[in-house]
Amino acid sequence: MTMTQTPDTLHRILDYANRADPYPLYAELRKTPVARQEDGSYVISTYRELTDILHNPHLSSDIRNLARPMAAADGRATPAFINLDPPEHDRMRRMAMRHFGPPHTPGLVDGMRPDLTAIVSGLIDDLADKTQIDIVDDFAYPFPVTVICHLLGVPREDEPRFHQWVNAIIDAIDYDAKTDPPEKLSNGEQARKDIHAYLGGLLEPRHGKPGDDLLSRLANEDGPDGRMTDEEIISTANLLLIAGHETTVNLITNGMLTLLRHPQHLQRLRNEPDLIVPLVEELLRYEPPVHIIPWRAAYSDIAIADTVIPKGSQIMLMLASGSRDPDRFHDPDRFDPDRRDNQHLGFGSGIHLCFGGPLARLETQIALTELVRRLDKPRLVADPPPYRPSPVLRGPIHLHVEQG
Amino acid sequence: MTSRVEALQTFKRDGRIVIVGASLAGLRAAESLRDEGFTGSLTMIGDETAEPYDRPPLSKQVLTGWVPATGTTLPRRRDVDAQWLLGTPATGLDLADNVVRLADGREVPFDRMLISTGVRARPWPVAAEAALTGVFVVRTREDAEGLQQAIAAGPKRVLIIGAGFTGSEIASICRERDIAVTVAELGSGPLVGALGAMIGEIAADMQLANGVDLRCGVKVTQLEGDAQGRFRRAHFSDGSTVDADVAVVALGGIRNTEWLRDSGLAIGPWGVACDSGCRAFDLNGLVTDDIFVAGDVARCPHPIYEYRFISLEHWANAVEQAEIAAHNMVNLQADRWPHLAIPTFWSIQFGVNIKSVGVPTFADEVIVAQGSVSEHRFVAAYGYKGRVTAAVTFNNAKWLDHYRKLIEAAAPFPPAQPTPDQPADAKPMPVDFPGPLLLSQDATVVVTGHDPSERRVTAVRP
Amino acid sequence: MRVVVDLSRCQGYAQCAFLAPDAFRMHGEEALMYDPNPDDSQRDQVLRAAAACPIQAILVEQLEGPAMTVEARRS
Repeated sequence: MTMTQTPDTLHRILDYANRADPYPLYAELRKTPVARQEDGSYVISTYRELTDILHNPHLSSDIRNLARPMAAADGRATPAFINLDPPEHDRMRRMAMRHFGPPHTPGLVDGMRPDLTAIVSGLIDDLADKTQIDIVDDFAYPFPVTVICHLLGVPREDEPRFHQWVNAIIDAIDYDAKTDPPEKLSNGEQARKDIHAYLGGLLEPRHGKPGDDLLSRLANEDGPDGRMTDEEIISTANLLLIAGHETTVNLITNGMLTLLRHPQHLQRLRNEPDLIVPLVEELLRYEPPVHIIPWRAAYSDIAIADTVIPKGSQIMLMLASGSRDPDRFHDPDRFDPDRRDNQHLGFGSGIHLCFGGPLARLETQIALTELVRRLDKPRLVADPPPYRPSPVLRGPIHLHVEQG
Repeated sequence: MTSRVEALQTFKRDGRIVIVGASLAGLRAAESLRDEGFTGSLTMIGDETAEPYDRPPLSKQVLTGWVPATGTTLPRRRDVDAQWLLGTPATGLDLADNVVRLADGREVPFDRMLISTGVRARPWPVAAEAALTGVFVVRTREDAEGLQQAIAAGPKRVLIIGAGFTGSEIASICRERDIAVTVAELGSGPLVGALGAMIGEIAADMQLANGVDLRCGVKVTQLEGDAQGRFRRAHFSDGSTVDADVAVVALGGIRNTEWLRDSGLAIGPWGVACDSGCRAFDLNGLVTDDIFVAGDVARCPHPIYEYRFISLEHWANAVEQAEIAAHNMVNLQADRWPHLAIPTFWSIQFGVNIKSVGVPTFADEVIVAQGSVSEHRFVAAYGYKGRVTAAVTFNNAKWLDHYRKLIEAAAPFPPAQPTPDQPADAKPMPVDFPGPLLLSQDATVVVTGHDPSERRVTAVRP
Repeated sequence: MRVVVDLSRCQGYAQCAFLAPDAFRMHGEEALMYDPNPDDSQRDQVLRAAAACPIQAILVEQLEGPAMTVEARRS
């Protein structure tokens, strides 16, 4: 049974006017778990079908497997592992993971806890005598940027340059030829070239000079899978630079917003610091930083929920909708940090599960704990706050808070 | 209210439940009974003196010396408020009076009981040789502690008899510790009995690449000791010998059913037969109302596998059956759950995560569906008469759930649609073990539903 | 503290090994080996690791007090 969803629902979700609260629209979307759109693409919005397809080996992340090419994607560049399939995906991800996590570097993220705490404390020290704070600009953005720059070996002072490029790239992710101005796409393309050249410039002098940052390690170390080419290193670093801060900004900001909207939990967190661990998991379910995987491709026909998605089809995965599916989560629209069995889709699932998830968790746990502990009677200035344009990486562009 | 409902409520409030076998399945069943609202008396009977503990780490983390043998006590999910009779094996069951007899002469009456006595290690068949210092089995924490100490003492060579999962895991640990190892296997390769000849070849390569002296197709005929009663040498059926100071007998398990010999229940070498709701059968094949079975000692029919009785020594099976049995002990017929979970299994050896779903022995063909055999990263799918019945992954566990769904849906074998990582030369090969030869041509069933309360099978007729 | 991982469900995401590297270790790329009885000093990390498991396969005992009163024990 293939049903064609009224195109309205998806368009309304992508429409900026609904950025502040897409959840009722997700509920509407879930009435058709696998919905064929007018343009032949498919939208999947229910938990069971999302987890099924994320573990389905016929689902491809390689743009070359789309029957109809997509405007927003840059088909010429060397793809990062997020846009590759096994076995290339597995090999590239393993090579990057060698310098970030287990089994080769198991203690890195846990060992960052003192540094993360110090960065957070420093940022909050600067907020102490301000009565008006922008959680985004004053805290949630500079914190993860500092962390990822240090990890990669990107000079922190270059942030103003790559900030612009990253914004242009993210704006172009959901480019729609029908409604968006062509500059949105061309700006994104130019930004990709600029960031590529910039990272190439950082990589070049690292050859033959072993160091602690990820760029140096990738440039010099040979593991069992060999060494990445320079193009592969650049695309990997580009991915980690963008994903390493953009998503965490949203997670921290969404977290503060959610706590300010639920003062009883904010108060509890002050009294029970251990609550932060399940609270961040609930946040990843309830207000995740990544709402949508904009496209995947059917490598071959995929049977799912009584539907067969034909080979070459474009498939959009509504992760944030899945995490609010009442067939999986009891009372899904309630923010409940004590929730058990919280197998949310906040970091996706399957082989592409978020590479930096452990770091994002730790950053957010430390950030929210300290914000709640040290801000003095924080209050929202505007609810809802203004949102960033993207429906994919969704979060407030500013979060103004009063204190004192 | 009907009398049946009243009787059940009275039982749930004041009844007496006895669980014989206080290991993983027994503990999880006790917890589930309390979760289900059973407030009557609960008695746990076990032959070991320890609180319920986990066994899989005994052949892994414990042998490496990382975790002490006493450090695998199972976490409790909740308080079970039970009377624990440990170190007192059950010796008999009287179904006329509903009492369990204990070794110390006591009798414990019950209204309903659960049998979860599990398996014990199969000992070396010659008692005098088994008694030599340096000869071990691995089942209990005492076994593991002894073997760990023997390995830590730096033996010149360890002989492992039997290359099933446990034997292969122990060989892996020894090689990790740079101890010389000889593995003797009667079959054509390691893991062959469980996973077939193709996987057996891969497992053999892994052992050889890691420096194991692997000897297949031979039988150990004698374990020889010195004057002090210490194991020194093993003799093989091909006339050769190996000098070693430690021998590990890894020849599988024996179901603990002897205590039920005169009970009138349907027991045998494969355990206690029960229905898919875990109710025991008696000798006549009649299902009993009050006796339930769970874990390694249970033998129950699985609709996906043509209602054959299946015995599983799997961790997940013990947990799932315990929960099903507990639910069914305190619910009426109409609310009972069937045990339809597809078997899953794992083993960790030589740095590789081996997992399986389904019943690989229930197959006539096997195909490498994804990945690379030479890199030890792949998925092998098993089929029987054109449908998927099992899958095995080597370092590819994230795909396993997909294959579980194919099994539940009786999906066609070989899988028709390609994947990006399908090997270029993928083609089905005969699976090389005695397959189920006497199968009928009946309808296939598929598993439907997702929660225990809604899981059922539906017949599909082509 | 007592810990058990349902390794039949574990898919080797290694999230636990990031967050509590002393209690959870990867053996090769995908196989998890863990300490079923980590020291109480690791409590914070172990709880973080359990919460982060994408398939919620890690059970940490949260009960206080002795498990049981044993009636009969072999000497």
